[in-house]
Amino acid sequence: MPDVRLPTVLRTHTGGAAKVAVDGETVGELLAALEAQFPGLQGQLRNPDGTAHKFVNVYVDDDDVRYLDGLDTKVGPDAEVSILPAVAGG
Amino acid sequence: MHGPVAGTVRAMLRLAPEAHRLLVAHCLDGLPEEACGLLAGPDVGAGAPDVTATRCLPTGNEAASTRVYTIPSRDLLRADRAADDEGLVLLGAFHSHTHTEAFPSPTDVRQAPDPTWRYVIVSLARPVPVVRSFRIVEGTVTEEPVVVG
Repeated sequence: MPDVRLPTVLRTHTGGAAKVAVDGETVGELLAALEAQFPGLQGQLRNPDGTAHKFVNVYVDDDDVRYLDGLDTKVGPDAEVSILPAVAGG
Repeated sequence: MHGPVAGTVRAMLRLAPEAHRLLVAHCLDGLPEEACGLLAGPDVGAGAPDVTATRCLPTGNEAASTRVYTIPSRDLLRADRAADDEGLVLLGAFHSHTHTEAFPSPTDVRQAPDPTWRYVIVSLARPVPVVRSFRIVEGTVTEEPVVVG
């Protein structure tokens, strides 16, 4: 199963786990599976219309999914999906 | 003057000398734009009061601006993996203020991504860079001392 790495700020919703194995063939399916397993993550990763939150970056291995197929990006069984917050300021 | 009550831990950010040197150098190198990056150290629990940043991980500034910064997500990914490979965790982010004080701006407060992180700001407003560290939790800014060494 693919692994999903979560940023520190979201680990309170997974009981402290930094990496979670979830089932799914696309990034969208993985996020949905994550939200089902950890209801505290609902609303944190995706907008109500299912698109990824603006302040959330999702990588499949070394590739940002916004340059691939977004949440439809296919994920292999050994992939590592990383969820990264936007870090910005002024 | 009273010292700390026995059993309490004083909040502070300890910066390893090499991390401090690299942090200031990266900020100066970034002029005239804001520079930014991440800090990593041993995992002592997210949001622990007393942490040590043993590594400074400079990144690019995607905004390429004198007034705002954005850490490229690819750089964040690399830094997270580099920290993980060394058995460290990301503790926070730093950036420079080229002409203003080393204090979080309203933008910094609004966009702080992680309430357990430290936010280090380097002011280059005067000849000697000033390095200060803050916690930003739900819009509240709390300063902590920076100890280099």
